[in-house]
Amino acid sequence: MSAFPSLRTCGYAMLLFALVVAPWAGLYPVLGTKLLCYALFACAFHLLLGYTGLASLGHAAFLGVGGYVAGYGVKMWQLSPELALLAGLGSGALLGVVMGFISIRRSGIYFTMITLALAQMVYFLCVQLPQTGGEDGLQGIDRGRLFGLLDLHDDLTMYYTVLVISVAAFLFIARVVYSPFGQALQAIKDNEPRAVSLGYHPNHYKLIVFTLSAALTGLAGALKAISLGFVTLSDVHWMTSGHALLMTLVGGLGTLSGPVVGALALVTLENKMGALGAGLASLTGFAWFSTLGESVMMIMGIVFVLCVLTFRRGIMGELLSLSRHRPRKTA
Amino acid sequence: MDLFGVPITALMAQLMIGLVNGCFYAVLSLGLAVIFGMLHVINFTHGAMFMLGALLSWAGLHYFNINYWVMLVMAPLIVGAFGILLERLFLRRVYHLDYLYGLLLTLGLTLIIEGAVRSAYGVSGRPYGPPPIAGVTNLGFLMLPNYRLWVIVASLLVCGATWFMIERTRLGAYLRAATENASLVEAFGVNVPMMVSLTFGFGVALAAFAGVLAAPVMQVSALTGQTLIVIVFAVVVIGGMGSILGTVVTGIGLGLVEALTKVYYPEASSMVMFLVMVLVLMVRPNGLFGGGE
Repeated sequence: MSAFPSLRTCGYAMLLFALVVAPWAGLYPVLGTKLLCYALFACAFHLLLGYTGLASLGHAAFLGVGGYVAGYGVKMWQLSPELALLAGLGSGALLGVVMGFISIRRSGIYFTMITLALAQMVYFLCVQLPQTGGEDGLQGIDRGRLFGLLDLHDDLTMYYTVLVISVAAFLFIARVVYSPFGQALQAIKDNEPRAVSLGYHPNHYKLIVFTLSAALTGLAGALKAISLGFVTLSDVHWMTSGHALLMTLVGGLGTLSGPVVGALALVTLENKMGALGAGLASLTGFAWFSTLGESVMMIMGIVFVLCVLTFRRGIMGELLSLSRHRPRKTA
Repeated sequence: MDLFGVPITALMAQLMIGLVNGCFYAVLSLGLAVIFGMLHVINFTHGAMFMLGALLSWAGLHYFNINYWVMLVMAPLIVGAFGILLERLFLRRVYHLDYLYGLLLTLGLTLIIEGAVRSAYGVSGRPYGPPPIAGVTNLGFLMLPNYRLWVIVASLLVCGATWFMIERTRLGAYLRAATENASLVEAFGVNVPMMVSLTFGFGVALAAFAGVLAAPVMQVSALTGQTLIVIVFAVVVIGGMGSILGTVVTGIGLGLVEALTKVYYPEASSMVMFLVMVLVLMVRPNGLFGGGE
């Protein structure tokens, strides 16, 4: 695709290498696990948005339900972690079929509003069902032993397990995008009437990719539930869907690796906000900066606005266009 | 007298509350629809603007002792001016882009507004104190607080006035024409960018007006808008954004449906509008009053 495939391969290799050695270079493994879960979430979200143009604000429902099902399975039925992950994946897919079937009847802004409303319904369901633990959420989910062999209680083992699963999911997404199916999706996105006249059924394609995206989001939710040990209502709240959208946008819409980079950047920012604020406060003498950690919501809003106004191509989008333009100038 | 096991006075009381909520939904979704018609932007800040209206009314009363009636005029004006400022500074830059960017931008602005209010006032609602109109009217079958009656009348009046302005005045004709074909209207010498700003200001002023009306009967908090905006979206999906009358009828109807559910099956009351939305979409994908897209 790109004029510099070697550069692209190098980039991926470097990213993967960085993720593999990160725990040895001082990254706290639990934070790393969380980063990877959100990266998977953003990639799954972007599978739908980037390749069909359908912006869903309902993905929090899949993330939350995947997490709840996996957590409940572990707590109540003593499911092994691999089965719990499968259950999360399956529940995401199931919910995805239902929500997709209803929402793909409309496109554009209506699609977004319908997915948002459906997810809100799931949210209220989660508030009321006794199985989710209501306001408390599910706490103390045991990590268990993967395939009865790997003890996930060790943070490093957990991190590498999540890394392997995330990389596999990422490769799967890449496979889907570059398959004939993915090309058909691209065609539908670019010109739907024309795709119809060529004999494609856009709604079948949209429903399939919606379900795939939901299933992977459910997997991300299950991974997050098992590795962090809890699921709360905030996972199902629509603001979480907004986060996925923001990660995708920051990373670069329409680039395969963008969501990963966006998720890494945003989750890190969120985690370091308190420390950053304290640092700025001691550096500049403004006490106000030390309250930064409490106003995550506002900071996210500012990132949103800045991104839309000045940085629409995202990190990877800017990098790609740099790598495309520089050789032309020098040649 | 009972109706399906519920005393009729209790049922009526719930229905009146539903009617009041329905009026809020109607005014809010009306503003959303007016803005969408002109700007083709789904205004995520609408819930936050509602909250700002209520907050201003509360702040006016508690800090400056400005009474309700003055704030009922002033809060929409302030919020409307704020909206025009936002439109000029930010929204204007994304009209030529995909609808997604308008959505993202307004979502970001919502987070900033709600985050700012939250860090200043916390998440719990502020009690407004007694409503400005005291007393109850005995309608025979129920005792209706006068303030709720006023909310219903005021909302319907505002919706009616909006309808009249858009459908029956010259300004409204310009507005409808600009919705159809902005560049042609501009060629006739109408200042379309100005009209777009004013439309946005007017739409969010409607939201603030609803907020002021709601302040004495609802505990409005920093995050009230987040729940409300999703309901308003559902109203807009169900009613379709094509007609003013459709939007208003849908808003009030949903308020009543919500109230009925609260009486007969309270567990489902927060979900029922979304169920209605699903049913409507199954039968009429373009909404009850919507034409084609």
